[in-house]
Amino acid sequence: MSLITAPNIADVDGFYARLLATHRGLTDAESAALNARLILILANHVGDATVLEQALALARDGAGKPA
Amino acid sequence: MPYDYKPYAYHRPPGLTAPEPRHKVAIVGAGPIGLAMALELAQHGVPSVIVDDNDVVSVGSRAICWSKRSLEILDRIGIGARCVEKGVTWKVGRTWHRDREVFTFDLLPEDGHKMPAFVNLQQYYVEEYLIEAAQANALIDLRFRNRVKAVEQAADHAVAVIETPDGDYRLEADWLIACDGARSPVRAMLGLDFDGELFEERFLIADIEMAADFPSERWFWFEPTFHPGQSALLHKQPDNIYRIDLQLGWNTDPEEERKPERVIPRIEKVVGHRDFRLDWVSVYTFQCRRLRNFVQGRVIFVGDSAHVVSPFGARGGNGGLGDVDALGWRLAGVVRGEAPEAALAAFDRERQFGADENILNSARSTRFMSPEDGVERLFRDAVLHLANRVDFARPMVNSGRLSRPCVYPLVAPDATGLPEVSRPGAVAPDAPLADGWLLERLGVGFTVLAIGCAAPEVPGARALALPVTPELAARYLGGAGAAVYLIRPDQVVAARWTACGVEEIAAALTASREGRT
Repeated sequence: MSLITAPNIADVDGFYARLLATHRGLTDAESAALNARLILILANHVGDATVLEQALALARDGAGKPA
Repeated sequence: MPYDYKPYAYHRPPGLTAPEPRHKVAIVGAGPIGLAMALELAQHGVPSVIVDDNDVVSVGSRAICWSKRSLEILDRIGIGARCVEKGVTWKVGRTWHRDREVFTFDLLPEDGHKMPAFVNLQQYYVEEYLIEAAQANALIDLRFRNRVKAVEQAADHAVAVIETPDGDYRLEADWLIACDGARSPVRAMLGLDFDGELFEERFLIADIEMAADFPSERWFWFEPTFHPGQSALLHKQPDNIYRIDLQLGWNTDPEEERKPERVIPRIEKVVGHRDFRLDWVSVYTFQCRRLRNFVQGRVIFVGDSAHVVSPFGARGGNGGLGDVDALGWRLAGVVRGEAPEAALAAFDRERQFGADENILNSARSTRFMSPEDGVERLFRDAVLHLANRVDFARPMVNSGRLSRPCVYPLVAPDATGLPEVSRPGAVAPDAPLADGWLLERLGVGFTVLAIGCAAPEVPGARALALPVTPELAARYLGGAGAAVYLIRPDQVVAARWTACGVEEIAAALTASREGRT
């Protein structure tokens, strides 16, 4: 299995809005904690070590540099 | 009842009167590792002299959790049954976050092993039993109040200058084994240093005596209400002694925290009352570090002198006994001229592998227990938060991954279809036999173990043929009808076959003895 990098969420605008809504009213620290939990939840759902490794690498790519 | 520390007698060593003949092996340090080392060498017929700067056993419980593998090793040298009988047997670890239980582990759900998963027993008892065994062994010369003050290396031996109440003398040995602990003076004398991590965390460790009825389990708390923001560990030991470890944070004063007026109120909060007696207190920091090489010329480092880990995996004392296991038979082979010195390189290789595994696991536990501010704490707290709510996060809660024997990466004959648990490099799993236990039947040297077939006679090995039992089938045969295992003197599987000739077994034995696998 490998990481899906093609669009895979049916209602992408809807998901994006719900993601932001989930954070609404939280402080930066609380949002960071929520994100950490979300990462762990999704990572467990994925499970596959190769996919997770690819996701970590993709997320790390460009980190520490201006977008 | 508090332990009665009796001093052991000092005897004037012969080296003060006239130079002693060169010893085969000198061991520095009569802690559990040095004593076990001497007894293990004696099993293989090799005499040794042990020198120790002190004359009493360990003060305080120190190493308390003895793993199944350690108990098997201690059994081989004669004190296993005593340790199990005196110790508190346990296998369940429970972990809480605040007031909720988040994770439970059961270490040995499988029956049919002579030794339990873990026994809690204060280090002073283990040392007492080992000293008794060593003093009863004609091959061991145990010398108290003999302090090594200098070590010199020669091409084919090492020299220790030893200080006694009656003056100094020189002791020569073909091999000098440093079992002198985490602050090893021998290591310092050779100018060697550790590589690795030092964690900025302090723990208070205390033994208390109280009449209580806690179950025989390991209890660990993250951020308990009785010790906010920190962690705590409770272990039951024999004699109504309980061991408590409390995280203090880096910005505490160790001298101040050691004082009874500080310690007693903290413990009162853990156990809920004041009806206990403080037996021993210590404050420690975490390190996960090791020497780059354990064999340094004619000096060999074993146990904490070679590698140190943070304590929550029970990987210190057990790791040291793993070294003893891997070194004894090999050094005996070298001393007897049956094995090349390259065999010691195999010891070094295997135990570096073992130390790295212990360091990796204990460093991970330490990071989880004592995360740095920022992202480490963010994810640690996320795991604890989720562990209260959902199953998947529970095994992520890391309050210590307890010592298990490592599986050495051997390049050795193997047969497909045989069980994973007994693959080459793994300790041969124990199993019940009609008249005892499998591990008891293995030889002091190599064993050719045949299950469900005749055992080929191979020079230099004991042949042991056993009929198939359900446990032997599950642990050694898998789907096969029969199999032949070559088992090393340290009870590690060296190679295995479902069909083989005597020559193949003999070749595998030679390769193993010479340190080539």
